[in-house]
Amino acid sequence: MALMDPFDALSSLQQALDAFRASDWLAAGPSGGGGYPPLNVFRKGDDFVIVAEVPGIKKSDLEVQVKGNSIRLAGTKSVTYPDKASLHRRERLGGRFDRAVTLPVEIDANGVKAECRDGVLALFLPRAERDKPKSIPVA
Amino acid sequence: MAEKQELAVRDKKELVSKEEKTVPGRHYVPYADIYETDDALTVVMEMPGVEKKDISVALENDVLRVEGRIDFTKYEGMEPVYTEYNVGHYARSFALSSKIDQDKISAQIADGVLTLTLPKAKQAQPRRIAIG
Repeated sequence: MALMDPFDALSSLQQALDAFRASDWLAAGPSGGGGYPPLNVFRKGDDFVIVAEVPGIKKSDLEVQVKGNSIRLAGTKSVTYPDKASLHRRERLGGRFDRAVTLPVEIDANGVKAECRDGVLALFLPRAERDKPKSIPVA
Repeated sequence: MAEKQELAVRDKKELVSKEEKTVPGRHYVPYADIYETDDALTVVMEMPGVEKKDISVALENDVLRVEGRIDFTKYEGMEPVYTEYNVGHYARSFALSSKIDQDKISAQIADGVLTLTLPKAKQAQPRRIAIG
């Protein structure tokens, strides 16, 4: 593979992310889009990856549940300050969240892996074997 | 109670910089909290996806400049199908009013949140004046 210019790679990634902004891929179901945390869904080969930004949320305050092809992300983000501090700026918000999304594909619930690093949660969702597209040889 | 509040989604704010960047790609402004105690100024910034090694903090002419770069090679081979936010490097600067002891600035990062502790220089610390 040819070496990619890292700067071009960023802007093409940003363009690709823009192009799929709130696409109707996830629109089915009452959960829809718009809740916290904001998430991005990617296809990686046959499988899917959900990525969400959850800065300042400890792993222990994060709950991930999978049922059928629904994913639930719930938790609490706490933002605290020392007692005697005077606040100059306050932009970070704390609170609780509970979001469920239903994927339009069948996933293998037992194979789901969750990873949380540097404030980014990644859920690896293997596509169920029976849902994978099969290629039909043309005789 | 603030803790019971439902978290709302906010769109990321794009950085509007005085100088134009020579490289394409958007930068974002990290959400920040700033608070002051008797002996230090603390700046807390949210930079999800930024690793420790990709953060730079510089203080020059009383301007604190923080940059966090994300490693987007992690997105290789991933095809977006549905997106709600964009990713990019983070940058933000602050003009500091109080005198800071530059040598003692310390930085910590945990769960994508950068905490900078800027100890005040001795003469900037409040002194209690006894009333005779």
